[in-house]
Amino acid sequence: MPVKMFDGNGAAVEAIRLARPGVIAAYPITPQSSIAEHLADEVANGSIDAEYVRVESEHSAMSVSIGAQLTGVRVATATASVGLALMHEVCGVAAGCRVPIVMPVVNRSLVAPWSLWCDHSDTMAERDTGWLQFYCATVQEILDLTLCAYRISEHEEVLTPSMVCFDGFYLSHSMQRVDTPEDEEAWSFVGPYVRKNMYLDTKDVMFINDLCPTVEHTEMKYQQMMGFKRAAEVAKEVFAEYKQRFGRELHTVEKYMLDDADVAVVTIGSMSGTGKYVVNQLREKGVKAGLLRICMFRPFPAEEVREALRGVKVVGVVDRSSGLGAAQGPVCSEVKAALCGETGARVFGFTGGIAGRDISDGSFRKIFGELFDVYEGRADDCKAWFDVRDDAMSIREVDMPC
Amino acid sequence: MQTQRNTPTSTPSKRRVLGPCSHILSAAHTGSWRLERPSVDESACIRCGTCARYCPTACISVSKEGAPLSFDWDYCKGCGICANECPKHALKMIPEGSGD
Amino acid sequence: MLTYKVQPKGAVSPGISTCQGCMIDVIFRNVLEIMGDDTVLVVPPGCAAQFSGTGPEASVTVPGIQGNLENSAAIASGISNGFRHQGNKHTKVVVIAGDGGTVDIGIQSLSGAMERNEDILYICYDNEAYMNTGIQGSSSTPFAASTTTTPAGKPVNSKDLIQIVMAHHVPYAATASVANIPDLRRKVQKARDIEGCRVLHIMSPCPTGWGYPSAKTVEVAREAINCGAWVLLEYENGKLSLGRRPAALGEAEKYFGMQKRFKGASAEDIKSASAHFVERYEYLEKLSELC
Repeated sequence: MPVKMFDGNGAAVEAIRLARPGVIAAYPITPQSSIAEHLADEVANGSIDAEYVRVESEHSAMSVSIGAQLTGVRVATATASVGLALMHEVCGVAAGCRVPIVMPVVNRSLVAPWSLWCDHSDTMAERDTGWLQFYCATVQEILDLTLCAYRISEHEEVLTPSMVCFDGFYLSHSMQRVDTPEDEEAWSFVGPYVRKNMYLDTKDVMFINDLCPTVEHTEMKYQQMMGFKRAAEVAKEVFAEYKQRFGRELHTVEKYMLDDADVAVVTIGSMSGTGKYVVNQLREKGVKAGLLRICMFRPFPAEEVREALRGVKVVGVVDRSSGLGAAQGPVCSEVKAALCGETGARVFGFTGGIAGRDISDGSFRKIFGELFDVYEGRADDCKAWFDVRDDAMSIREVDMPC
Repeated sequence: MQTQRNTPTSTPSKRRVLGPCSHILSAAHTGSWRLERPSVDESACIRCGTCARYCPTACISVSKEGAPLSFDWDYCKGCGICANECPKHALKMIPEGSGD
Repeated sequence: MLTYKVQPKGAVSPGISTCQGCMIDVIFRNVLEIMGDDTVLVVPPGCAAQFSGTGPEASVTVPGIQGNLENSAAIASGISNGFRHQGNKHTKVVVIAGDGGTVDIGIQSLSGAMERNEDILYICYDNEAYMNTGIQGSSSTPFAASTTTTPAGKPVNSKDLIQIVMAHHVPYAATASVANIPDLRRKVQKARDIEGCRVLHIMSPCPTGWGYPSAKTVEVAREAINCGAWVLLEYENGKLSLGRRPAALGEAEKYFGMQKRFKGASAEDIKSASAHFVERYEYLEKLSELC
């Protein structure tokens, strides 16, 4: 298999190219812009045979995608941050009408304050929109998970769109070696788009997305829930087939040094590599630390999380979004709900890495330090936010008006 | 005694669609809204078709052979546009339920 | 797949729950008849959503999708591009949207589709307010008209959609009215045979929102043309052409007097509206002489 150099956005474009979309609708937004640009290049130079619709907003990008895919072609779009927020309304239409669009989302903070940098507040805000969500840790995974997402989303018992989420700049603009399947190999895995549910065809008339009364609405949400349930199984089947074809292992959750761990962190996205590095350091000192990475956030692999953390006494969940007003960040809420006291572990939420603040090895050492303080009885609680400046409440001081 | 069904429970020509879509052409019984209905003075009617052209419910049939105008009372809402637009004033609205 | 519980005349169900005296039905029926069975319809929420069906019950015999209020033109663009990619050049994509979904919340996606010259027919039926939600003012609501959000009468003039459309250099745009069905049909026929983004702006008076007896819809629409409140025009290949100069241009009293929504308009308001009708007409007239 050829090795190519891609940054994260390049890997997303490559995966899209391999899936041969017929219509592309994209609107530029930092740090996604190079996806919109490179897709345009690929269309212009003929390596993707698609209609490129230069839309005037993300809202229209998703609307065009829905309309086009309902005619029976695979579509491509991508977004980030406020662009995803603008799409929110139409993301629900894609999900509810069971249009299995696959969309790379380059994670970037939501306003305010304005920021160009990475956190997960954009995709976490979409976690209940009815989309599958995968979070990548490496550029390789962006290519792998995007290819798999087509198969999972388009499965006739799933029919649920996917967001393939990856951290802005950390992954989107980081050049890495990527094992890339040949066009035909990838095509034999992804396969052509086959319309399996509703479609717009004048020879087979139906009117899509009409007003549905209360007596049916619950049932349609139930159908979507069943789609998610099936997606959890289909993802594993597809990952197994992917491994067999391409030799790379993909996970719903990735376990690292968990078998005998007393204390573990749960991570998501690109921070995970740093977390593993710190686990290695702790292990060298004989400390039983471990890590669990959430690779698929929707459907949430609750059972796998429970199994993976069985035996761990103290768990710290690192959230890269603030989850304002909640008892903890969204990932921590899910992990707590999954464990639900069953494993006897104490679970603490850690919020940080907001808007591009690096989650460094130092951050993880501090987090593990706090968790071991609890484990060894020196402390009873952890600080919920890490790497916060001491002057947080006074970073702006202005003169009083006279 | 209950007998076992030998026929399949689902029709093979049907397929299941997930999500919202409408697929049975139906009609609201809008004729029930009517408080007034059009009455035709056949001697004045020239069968020009103006009433039918502007009728919102397309419930007026005009025959070129000179047969009287006919109305589909299942759907006529009794709006009165036909009577208002008739160039010969051959239509007038009368209370629903009254005789011609 | 469509099952017929009723046999329609044409492509529209005979029983649609639009208000008594509403003529959107006539627009749908004529448009779909002219565009033919090989048509896909996009309808946003609004009065026109009566035609997208409810639950399993459909109201038209062509396929379609109900979009969100603001993205009809974008969904239609997607459909058009999807068909083109599959080599389908015959299926027509038609949007029928209200004024709110067009001139207010939908203007951005319409602007995008017009600029890209998407191969769609976009029809705005204009009843000059958000009628389906209960007669709230839109940017198409005329000066002095009372709505539930402009109870004292709208203090400003309406947005001029057709001029916005012309500024996008579309291949074909026209205004029409339910007062003149033959003219409306001719314009739809013309639009059908042109490639690219075509826009029709059709006045469709609302007995419920405007406050007049249901029998008077055509009469009110006719009077709107007579006094210049509504101007019939065509824009084709950069050329603007207007119909006959209206007989009673600038005489808004009769038009205002027919409708309860103008009940609160003062003599001054009527004068000002009349002046606006004349100014707008003469501006368009000059524009038509220029090109």
